[in-house]
Amino acid sequence: MQMKKPDAAVYNDTVVRQFSIMAVVWGVVGMLVGLIIAAQLTWPELNFGIPWLSYGRLRPLHTNAVIFAFGGCALFASSYYVVQRTCQTRLFAGPLATFTFWGWQLVILLAAITLPLGYTSGKEYAELEWPIDILIAVVWVAYAIVFFGTVGIRKVKHIYVANWFFGAFILTVAILHIVNSAEIPVSLTKSYSAYAGVQDAMVEWWYGHNAVGFFLTAGFLGMMYYFVPKQAGRPVYSYRLSIVHFWALIFTYMWAGPHHLHYTALPDWTQSLGMVFSLILLAPSWGGMINGIMTLSGAWHKLRDDPVLRFMIVSLSFYGMSTFEGPMMSIKTVNALSHYTDWTIGHVHSGALGWVGFISMGTLYFLIPKLFGRKEMYSVKAIEVHFWTATVGVVLYIAAMWIAGVMQGLMWRSINPDGTLTYTFVEGVKATFPFYVIRVVGGAMYLGGMLVMAWNVWKTVVSGHAVTTPVPSALAHA
Amino acid sequence: MDILFLLVPLSVALVLLILFGLWWAVYHGQFEEIEEEGNRILEND
Repeated sequence: MQMKKPDAAVYNDTVVRQFSIMAVVWGVVGMLVGLIIAAQLTWPELNFGIPWLSYGRLRPLHTNAVIFAFGGCALFASSYYVVQRTCQTRLFAGPLATFTFWGWQLVILLAAITLPLGYTSGKEYAELEWPIDILIAVVWVAYAIVFFGTVGIRKVKHIYVANWFFGAFILTVAILHIVNSAEIPVSLTKSYSAYAGVQDAMVEWWYGHNAVGFFLTAGFLGMMYYFVPKQAGRPVYSYRLSIVHFWALIFTYMWAGPHHLHYTALPDWTQSLGMVFSLILLAPSWGGMINGIMTLSGAWHKLRDDPVLRFMIVSLSFYGMSTFEGPMMSIKTVNALSHYTDWTIGHVHSGALGWVGFISMGTLYFLIPKLFGRKEMYSVKAIEVHFWTATVGVVLYIAAMWIAGVMQGLMWRSINPDGTLTYTFVEGVKATFPFYVIRVVGGAMYLGGMLVMAWNVWKTVVSGHAVTTPVPSALAHA
Repeated sequence: MDILFLLVPLSVALVLLILFGLWWAVYHGQFEEIEEEGNRILEND
């Protein structure tokens, strides 16, 4: 809009636009791969005997694509948008921000090539081989410089709560990635972990669960604390509570990881420690969830005709559900039933599809029209369609996995009077078949919704144009 | 469990960092007029 303003006077939204679009693209890709592997678990013939289409190689491709490509791009986009708006200043080190975009896309592209080819370090959620690990570390340090640099040159004294969440996410993920990915290369494409045995398992889940806590929770909470109030047109229910939420969450998250290793070679006290910390986490999580939902207090009617807001509020409901379910599953006696069953998969997807997916979609529906100079998305009706398809999809998915998981757990532990197992393993697999079919249906619906979104975004982008927004010449707040 | 000799000190260091962050926020005026801050993001776009 502004004709020839010097760069410093407008927000750097180019990088936000790039990340937003790619979040949608990678969302479609990652969810498609997820649907393929869900179908393979149901009908194994769908491997077609081709090694690079086999489940073991596509599964890490799916997790990397949805977490780091879809989720990662959504986090980059929203954090760059939020930090500029709330600090009222242009991004620090613009070229470095551009580098984070291209660097991150290169990481994703390399993942998409190497994982199907079978190059893997074998660590869950950290499968990428060492040269890519180094690239991730470099991009991430650049991200930290851009983000904290922008906070450093802010024109507003107060640092908005969303930035604290984004900041904690960026800093912690850097540490987690570097410690967990310590490995010894034997060739360009193969390395071995610097840790061995149970030590390696401990590091893996210290990383793995903190990745859930800081990548998939803290980062997306940053999104939530900015975009829910914006979309609702009301300040967050209690700003005070949001501050308590932040500090309580980051103080208590670090030691929940051992709950992934109940009844293993990990010392018993470490397992119990992990369980206790997981239970404590219920408090800050629910504080945050209630705070987000109550933002609508007195304006519930907005949910009736605003599907974007509905995405956000339903995401918070799923956040509440999975942060209740998680601590419950970390209790050792519950875990004895749930571990290694599809209940875990159901739990993860209630968090991933319900919380992370929905809050990202809501945020992107807010961002994309703004970034392309339109009042709203090309089709609000299509957002509505997306919302209902995705919601029914998630519910089918997690309900199927809950039932399958509890059933598997009960079948595996069932013992005859003479001490032999009542069921062979394959009987459990056979009994799970119908629930796998339901999951495929749920997953297909979720992907279908995402395709509707991709179409809607495409139409919005081509009928709009990239706009530049001037930085308000606001007086520094002091 | 030698790994705890790495992970526990790392956690202690992080907690100290978090404590420093909290101290900085409290004593550098981050929490003055706290309920005002929620409104500010709605004011300009």
